Amino acid sequence: MAGFFKKSWAVKLVSLASVFILVQLLISAGFIDSYIQATIATICINIILAVSLNLITGFTGQFSLGHAGFMSIGAYVCAIITLRIGTTGSFILGVFAGAIAAALVGFLVGLPTLRLKGDYLAIATLGLSEIIRIIFTNLKITNGAAGLSYIPRFVNWFWIFIFTVGTVLLIVNYIKSSHGRACIAIREDEIASEAMGINSTRYKVTVFTIGAFCAGIAGALYASYFYDIAPKTFGFLKSIDVLVIVVFGGLGSISGSILAAIVLALISTFLQSFSEIRMILYALMLIIIMIFRPQGLMGSKELSLSLFKKAGKLFSKKERV
Amino acid sequence: MAILSVKKLTKSFGGLTAVSNVSFEIEKGELIGLIGPNGGGKTTVFNLLTGIYVPTSGTVELIKEGKAKQLQGLKPYTICRHGLARTFQNIRLFKDLTVLDNVRIAMHKNVKYGLISSFLHLPSYVKEEKKLVQKSMELLTILKLNEKKDEFAKNLPYGEQRRLEIARALAAEPTLLLLDEPAAGMNPAETSDLKELIALIRDKFNLTVLLIDHDMSLIMNICERIYVLDHGMLIANGTPEEIKRNKLVIEAYLGEDVGDA
Repeated sequence: MAGFFKKSWAVKLVSLASVFILVQLLISAGFIDSYIQATIATICINIILAVSLNLITGFTGQFSLGHAGFMSIGAYVCAIITLRIGTTGSFILGVFAGAIAAALVGFLVGLPTLRLKGDYLAIATLGLSEIIRIIFTNLKITNGAAGLSYIPRFVNWFWIFIFTVGTVLLIVNYIKSSHGRACIAIREDEIASEAMGINSTRYKVTVFTIGAFCAGIAGALYASYFYDIAPKTFGFLKSIDVLVIVVFGGLGSISGSILAAIVLALISTFLQSFSEIRMILYALMLIIIMIFRPQGLMGSKELSLSLFKKAGKLFSKKERV
Repeated sequence: MAILSVKKLTKSFGGLTAVSNVSFEIEKGELIGLIGPNGGGKTTVFNLLTGIYVPTSGTVELIKEGKAKQLQGLKPYTICRHGLARTFQNIRLFKDLTVLDNVRIAMHKNVKYGLISSFLHLPSYVKEEKKLVQKSMELLTILKLNEKKDEFAKNLPYGEQRRLEIARALAAEPTLLLLDEPAAGMNPAETSDLKELIALIRDKFNLTVLLIDHDMSLIMNICERIYVLDHGMLIANGTPEEIKRNKLVIEAYLGEDVGDA
């Protein structure tokens, strides 16, 4: 048993390292131009956003529409810090300060709102992200509606990769712990989980805070990669975009969220050449996919080696028959 | 020695008094039955004891190691931590989770690692998780569900779902176990298995059991004392023999005798 765990860890480590090195080599060799690099950055930022929202919505069953708000807090805090200081150290500081600020807001807002259920929670979180956006539009330090620009870019493939893998691994580990199982129990049946000794409010607030923290990291990476940010970048539609990735990938599937972030980015890149009807085609594709696969790409399953093995077995059985 | 003492428990929903002035005591180690016609208020009493409803008035006292603890008004998870665990009349398993997970979740309150360890899977996580699986498997073996540990709860046959509910309640390590109609929908063979199972777990886990059921063969056979609820009021209590002969109880179940009709 112990040997198996070690082996699976080694497989994970090697595959992650090879993805990193491959992309790094392609960038250095000039095969990946700045446009593709920006697409990769967007995918990674969306992965962080989607996985953390999946923790809240897919695993704990709390319908949140406020992710863009938390993202904007991370983006602005990081941007303000790096604009003032402007060193790599300040960037790291900015990312964590942004994430902590977002987590703090998530915690404070989560305490009262997470007593609400379903649609009510969705509307409360939607309201929250609008409040955050309007505050940023009216503050002096955030430069109002024009937003902040000329933010120094410290983010490169290395940092994006580290933060994406880091947040995803932390969330996966959390879900696989007893605390994570408590969250899933709340999604499955809140009354039964309370009767089994689980303090549901506590776990909802914890998960909401973790989600906000990760969204803060995503926002900070966004600010540092794309030079300029404005309140309108983090509107209602950004929250919906993230929710689309989560639902499309499958509520309760981390690998689904990752896959969906990649697939949707590829689709929208591909549609760039049909600029007039791009959004129509994008929406149409989503509708068609959701009709044929309402549970999302992965359902609540995870992509894993054992899944491949199972598929392989099924396939070989069919061949024999 | 009493383990649970309920005094003048009342619950009204608007104008309807579902439970009115109910007082009873449960001794340590007893197996108590709670019966009564449909709508008599049995499940409401369970919901009041476990904190799902807040009583309109009255007290619920749990006596643990000589100390009395007031339970009324506490949250369900706190009451569970004090040692009350229950099953549900309309099975409320975590349907999309495996049998093992259902049991492990109920052990959550005793898990000793914190948030940081759950993020990083530190040694304390590995140790505790191993212990959790081991303890869950012991429990599942007793309830004969060990071979189905990786099955989803929703895919189990009905009788096994009921057993899993009991396993999950036991995983919460209660001192007082509340079973809400565990024999509902079971055939006579399954009911007789259940009878043995309840007796077995009571001895094995040193439990006190409060049992609601409509199956008189189950109640009359294994309960030492029976309380009867009708229209939210306690109308009788005594041994099975006494209850069988009690006039009020017969009236409640069969209706009043109107003379020579």
